[in-house]
Amino acid sequence: MKRIYSVLVENRSGVLSKVAGLFARRSFNIDSLAVGETDTPDTSVMTIVSTGDERTLEQIEKQLNKKLDIIKVKTFSEEQCISRELMLLKVKYNKSTRRDIMEICDIMKAQIIDMSKTNLMIQICDTPEKTRLLITMLSSISIVEIARTGTLALQKCMD
Amino acid sequence: MLGADAIVKCLEEEHVSCVFGYPGVAIAPFYQSLSESTIDSVLIRTEQNAAHAASGLARATGTVGVCAVTSGPGATNVITGIATAFADSIPLVCITGQVNSNLIGSDVFQEADITGAVESFVKYSYLIKNVNDIPRIMKEAFHIASTGRKGPVLIDVPIDIQNATISHFKYPESVSLRTYKPTVKGHIVQIHKVIKELEKAKRPIICAGGGVLLADAQKELIELAEKHHLPVVSTMMGIGVMPTDHPLYYGMVGNNGKLYANRAMNESDLLIMVGARVADRAVSQPDLITGNKTLVHIDVDSAEIGKNAWAAIPLVGDCKSIFNDFLQEDFSGDHEAWIETLNGYRSSMLRERKVNPAYVDPAAFIRRLSELMDDHSIFVADVGQNQIWSCDNFHVRGGKFFTSGGMGTMGYAIPAAMGAKFAAKDRQVVALCGDGGFQMSMCELATMRQHRIPVKIIVLNNSFLGMVREYQHYTYKDNYQMVSLDGNPDLSYLSKAYGISYLRAEKMDGIDEIIREFLSGNESCLLECMIDPLDLVK
Repeated sequence: MKRIYSVLVENRSGVLSKVAGLFARRSFNIDSLAVGETDTPDTSVMTIVSTGDERTLEQIEKQLNKKLDIIKVKTFSEEQCISRELMLLKVKYNKSTRRDIMEICDIMKAQIIDMSKTNLMIQICDTPEKTRLLITMLSSISIVEIARTGTLALQKCMD
Repeated sequence: MLGADAIVKCLEEEHVSCVFGYPGVAIAPFYQSLSESTIDSVLIRTEQNAAHAASGLARATGTVGVCAVTSGPGATNVITGIATAFADSIPLVCITGQVNSNLIGSDVFQEADITGAVESFVKYSYLIKNVNDIPRIMKEAFHIASTGRKGPVLIDVPIDIQNATISHFKYPESVSLRTYKPTVKGHIVQIHKVIKELEKAKRPIICAGGGVLLADAQKELIELAEKHHLPVVSTMMGIGVMPTDHPLYYGMVGNNGKLYANRAMNESDLLIMVGARVADRAVSQPDLITGNKTLVHIDVDSAEIGKNAWAAIPLVGDCKSIFNDFLQEDFSGDHEAWIETLNGYRSSMLRERKVNPAYVDPAAFIRRLSELMDDHSIFVADVGQNQIWSCDNFHVRGGKFFTSGGMGTMGYAIPAAMGAKFAAKDRQVVALCGDGGFQMSMCELATMRQHRIPVKIIVLNNSFLGMVREYQHYTYKDNYQMVSLDGNPDLSYLSKAYGISYLRAEKMDGIDEIIREFLSGNESCLLECMIDPLDLVK
């Protein structure tokens, strides 16, 4: 089972390591982790995606709540949230592959943001599934390197 | 006022009576300031024992124990003591000196990232970066250590912060931590659910853990048990929640517990776990205890509920407050037949011990010792076979029983007993250890002498690491490896070297006289009991 934890934390040094350490020490999985400041500079939000059985996922929430640097923990399933991931990809191209790459980017709504004589840089901002799909599509062409933010997610808007 | 003075002033504000510790350059300003205070300081012989002594003090008094050590090796040495306190939820504040703040991260002499190293053994930790934060941090540390699920808090103070001038000292009256608000009051809806189950139950039982002692809720537990005729068993950490001979107390559960206690827990239809973690030594297969019964789990730490066993009714809160809520409610149940059954188990399900008359029988000895000790004495069992014999045979009357339950740290008994005795000078304090654990902390005999802390020490000597030997007996067909303690020192000479009187018991004959002599007077004494090297706890 997959669950997304949106964790509001005090923006202090060492907090990331405490949260990551908690996952390591209790053998909880981290599928992805993304951190950034919120609208108030003294707090950050960590978006953590984890998988496990029901009991483990509940323990993760309880253990996170015990940490004194954590202000609030929200948890939700993939269906309950909108999630996005930003990925940058560098691929090697030549005359015969250039058109294919551009077509794939077009279909996937990815942008080419930089290029040299041999390399292209592609940017995609989409759901984690779509970013994975783009990797699959481009892997046959030769990916040089990849950087991903990890999943960011917020609960869907409700009135 | 310097940062170091401010720390000491904060300790005074918290009514700290004593700091156990070991100095070094990085904590020297603090000890300079402490010398001008009325707070006592006890120079322990190795840092691990500073935390154990603070733990003993905390458990004896119900207050926060304090220790202070230097940076680097001082700080890393104290980790085992901190982890021991963490595993048993003992409130400590550990102050560590740190190198100059602008040198942190450059691997200078005696630098260790102690806040990083202790992260998984502390409730919280601080690295003070601004001298003006000292009052707030100290206030928070004591608050965090002593509320909710208690535990150790570490404060790392760079030497330049200790030497910096604080612009304005004011000890805060309260703390405001937006991330920390422990639940005290149990939810009334959950309490009513438990009462419904109690009215329905034919075979209810309470299993009390160390949380009951930490909440100082023994009186309320006994009142509740007596009012509704509820039988009580305890975990190892829960020993002492009720007098051992209380008619409703059915002993310690677990793989080293009483057979009848385990049977009582297994056959119950309603199990109320309170202040207990459902840890592996108490309940080896947690899922089994939920199969044929309703599990109610009461704990101040919500993460403990559902961690090892799924509870039908979780109830989060301070158990003293929750017991009082139960006492306010009117309800009745009928389980006289159950009590009769349990009394039958208690009188018939006794383990037969094979006793070798050529030695002191540790079981009978501990039983007799507990009967001859003062009513309000403190007994500290170390770790190993001596601990299991103690749990099985020590009769708690009005006193306290301490041991390192969660971490099982050998060498705990002597420093913890010292801490307890220092805080409770009018009480008899006895530490009991094996010859292995004794040698892990015998350096503290000097501390006891120097600071006049008259702890009574018993060494059950079998020249073996008995618990591991027993394991090798069962698991490796008596292929004993690394368990012989052939090089043991002569304890009579050792006692003499430390100026402590020495007694020796070789057999059970005349044991009462020896115990009486051992317990008499308010001086330290070391009693060595020769026990059968091949004796087993089971």
